[in-house]
Amino acid sequence: MAGPIEQFEIHPIIPIRIGELDLSFTNSALWMVIATGVATICLTVGARRRAMVPGRLQLMAELAYEFIANMIRDNVGDAGRRYFPYIFTLFMFILFGNLLGLIPGSFTYTSHIIVTAALAVTVIIAVTGIGIAKHGLHFFSLFVPSGVPALMMPLMIPIEIISYLSRPVSLSIRLFANMMAGHTMIKVFAGFVVPLGAATLGFGGLAPITVNVALTGFELLVAFLQAYVFTVLTCLYLNDALHLH
Amino acid sequence: MELDAAKMIGAGLAVIGLSGVGVGIGNIFSSLIGSIARNPATRPQIFPMAMLGFALVEAVALYALLISFLILFT
Repeated sequence: MAGPIEQFEIHPIIPIRIGELDLSFTNSALWMVIATGVATICLTVGARRRAMVPGRLQLMAELAYEFIANMIRDNVGDAGRRYFPYIFTLFMFILFGNLLGLIPGSFTYTSHIIVTAALAVTVIIAVTGIGIAKHGLHFFSLFVPSGVPALMMPLMIPIEIISYLSRPVSLSIRLFANMMAGHTMIKVFAGFVVPLGAATLGFGGLAPITVNVALTGFELLVAFLQAYVFTVLTCLYLNDALHLH
Repeated sequence: MELDAAKMIGAGLAVIGLSGVGVGIGNIFSSLIGSIARNPATRPQIFPMAMLGFALVEAVALYALLISFLILFT
């Protein structure tokens, strides 16, 4: 029987090698393509009819749009409206990756730290670039906390810089650890079903299955919540860069 | 054999951090219930904040879990 960690294995589907570089089309890449495709189809079909009374798909597309638009308005203000496409894409990519990963037998690409780290590093580089482009060198006043006595500055400025640099780390590890731990937990309980059922004439297997049903529901919540947290924190970092303090 | 035993003990010790997370999540939801009971009208504003806090605290639990997995499987 497969162990709880084996679901995260990456295997190439179409092997591509350029010299030493391994650019194979893997199952991770396949599910990224599927998630992007599903999100694109849902949103374009949902936005096509533009009925006065929305159908299910249109309602879903509208809810997703309004959810992110409100999030940006609340956290960044009007200056953030320009960055809506990026934040919306980020949210949809993570959300569909998390949700499609819950289908049994599929692959959760957000459970790999390289994927989430790439997303988080892109966010931080983009936000820093936006801040420097908008404020020039004045951007670095972000690292000088206000209302702190000058004597404390040599201590506070390194702390602020370290906390700024640890943002991509915490952003990526939070998403990756949540996804990996959740999927491992589901697999661990699934692994109890057969041994426990065999030991107790089949009835004992019902308990872990019940737990697994509840866990899958919880994982649906976590899948949405982590996509939400990732985008909210992106909004907060963007707000920091646009408005300093 | 001794290394394996030490790994098991270490993985167990690594998840002691979960006690703090339990306190934290309990705190978040007790304050959420308390504030909604005092002023039910603020529920739409408070609930997303509580969820954000819950996710951030839960992430700490997963860091501990991650360390214990690293100890066990590497």
